[in-house]
Amino acid sequence: MAAKFDLNDDGVVVIVGSGAGGGTLGTQLALKGIRTVILEAGGRHNMEDFQNDEWASFAQISWLDPRTTSGSWRVARDFPGLPAWIVKAVGGSTVHWAGASLRFQPHEFKTRTTYGEVAGANLLDWPLTLEELEPWYAKAEDRMGVTRTNGIPGLPGNNNFKVLKAGADKLGYTECHTGNMAINSQPRDGRGSCQQIGFCFQGCKSGAKWSTLIAEIPKGEETGKLEVRANAQVLKIEHDAKGKVTGVVYADKDGAIQRQKARIVAVAGNSIESPRLLLNSASAMFPDGLANSSGQVGRNYMRHMTGSVYGVFEKPVRMYRGTTMAGIVRDEAKHKPDRGFVGGYEMETLSLGLPFMAAFLDPGAWGREFTSALDGYDHMAGLWLVGEDMPQESNRITLHADKKDKYGMPVPNVHFDDHPNDVAMRQHAHRQGMALYESVGATRVFPTPPYPSTHNLGTNRMSEKASDGVVNKWGQTHDVANLFVSDGSQFTTGGAENPTLTIVALALRQADYIAGQMAKNAI
Amino acid sequence: MRSSTNPTLKPPMDRRAFLAASASAAAAAAILVSGGTILCPREAWGYETKALAPETMRSLIRVSRDIYPHDRLADRFYAVAMKAQDEKAAADAALKDLYESGMAKLDRLAKAKHDAPYAEVGWEADRVRLLHEIEADPFFQTVRGGLVTGIYNNQEVWPLFGYEGESAAKGGYIDRGFNDLEWL
Repeated sequence: MAAKFDLNDDGVVVIVGSGAGGGTLGTQLALKGIRTVILEAGGRHNMEDFQNDEWASFAQISWLDPRTTSGSWRVARDFPGLPAWIVKAVGGSTVHWAGASLRFQPHEFKTRTTYGEVAGANLLDWPLTLEELEPWYAKAEDRMGVTRTNGIPGLPGNNNFKVLKAGADKLGYTECHTGNMAINSQPRDGRGSCQQIGFCFQGCKSGAKWSTLIAEIPKGEETGKLEVRANAQVLKIEHDAKGKVTGVVYADKDGAIQRQKARIVAVAGNSIESPRLLLNSASAMFPDGLANSSGQVGRNYMRHMTGSVYGVFEKPVRMYRGTTMAGIVRDEAKHKPDRGFVGGYEMETLSLGLPFMAAFLDPGAWGREFTSALDGYDHMAGLWLVGEDMPQESNRITLHADKKDKYGMPVPNVHFDDHPNDVAMRQHAHRQGMALYESVGATRVFPTPPYPSTHNLGTNRMSEKASDGVVNKWGQTHDVANLFVSDGSQFTTGGAENPTLTIVALALRQADYIAGQMAKNAI
Repeated sequence: MRSSTNPTLKPPMDRRAFLAASASAAAAAAILVSGGTILCPREAWGYETKALAPETMRSLIRVSRDIYPHDRLADRFYAVAMKAQDEKAAADAALKDLYESGMAKLDRLAKAKHDAPYAEVGWEADRVRLLHEIEADPFFQTVRGGLVTGIYNNQEVWPLFGYEGESAAKGGYIDRGFNDLEWL
């Protein structure tokens, strides 16, 4: 049964956010017997309440609080108030994610060493290697039930995958399959197998897809050590005269201001909200924001090099039927600088329903060039391109000078400019995606621009030295021993892979570290 | 951002007015104006506007089709999409003015170039050239933005594009063709 802790209980661990990082960390701490409170800004939905309806679901689960954008990225023009397409609900963006669960490649922990100096990029090696993280990746894969690990078979390929596979074969790609997916291909862990519903982004209605909402948090609550408070928007982290954090101030479901005391605070609000909270927690002792002695809080915002390619064929595809992202080509993920850029990218099946296709195929476009594309909707195949983008100091989350949310907290501004390496990679990826579909008979192809960011990374990055980043290799802030960061904002660099598996692996590892430090009374 | 709907237009309430309008109609006009109502005899629907002048509404339906032309979609789908904007304008005087003044400007441009109001310019290409002249205007962007959901989030149009919508209640596609592609 879920716990209920007192606001003045200063022995609890408080976690801000319940997604891949916060939901996993909170559950794992509870399983270890550590009393934990998760404060989640969004509401709690049951999987039965999710909707197979793109705009209705968007309104139900998306983070729609005001945000502003700046910079030369196209998202700032197409969706100026919606820089990121992420979730405000218990489970965070694991409600929305498509399930792709890939490990980083060895070199992606050592990009500064591997890529050398890249002008304009703020590259840094992780204070962590793949070897160190491998056991945690293994635990995460087992826990999430990732296909093609632990003897779990791959998902069956849907129509969209069939087209991807045929094109990959034609182009001579050798690493194409239905992915490493945290979606059950057979019943496992009390959850059934995938019903090929096709609305993975709208919250899985069968429970086959792993999310912290259905696969972690209930297990944590069962221990009696975990309390999840929904509709609790954290506004500020407080500290004492010694510079240790003492708790958080939040607005509860009725908008009333509450103060939850804490022994430890872990921030896991995604890479826009986490730095926003640290910056908004500035004090006389920490005038630039909490844990910001390096000045790196909010900087190095990454969102992955992304783009999509859709192809129209003579005969029907009906790409929307079945698992959205169970299809991948990994051949381009390697670091092959002779392509004209550093790092690599993945090609993954993707489909949008007609309502979202109209909004995202070519935002702002109109006229027959656009509508004749939509006329071919059921003859379309689609893939998503996701690759490593360059961290840049100037790409950052800042507090807006005068715009405030309903609690009076400054709204975050998201500034992003593509790095030339990102642009070169996108061009290559678009070209390869179009060639793939043309090789199997596409009569028309579309190099679709990036959607609002789903992979938000890097704004509280890990570093060996306190002067280079915000947290150490355990996600513990360099400046404040009992303050942790537990989401993708820890990423030193982004890798080419979808980030969730790495976030979960880091959270499981961090839970062990926190438990060890607490046992030693070090924090 | 609203959820998908099944919006409908009512058949004309006043049958006499409907027939009178039909009888007096120029043969080419698909949508007629009668009092505060627009009528489409061909598709047997009518709509009493809430905020916009019926003439403006009729022209905006033409504009809608020119922005997102789908030859397989009947006028009623464009009318339904513009109905949503008319209803919004009924609660927002500035929005109403944006539509009225925007359409008036477009008609002026059309008359200067083609000696006819926008909706009566014969070739789509000529009308689209006029739209390009105003595409940066808030009027155009408001109309276009509303149409993205107004047209494509109407569940009734989905089958016309081969989109099947909700699937969980039908058991997903596991037994309904998720991998039925045979032509490769």
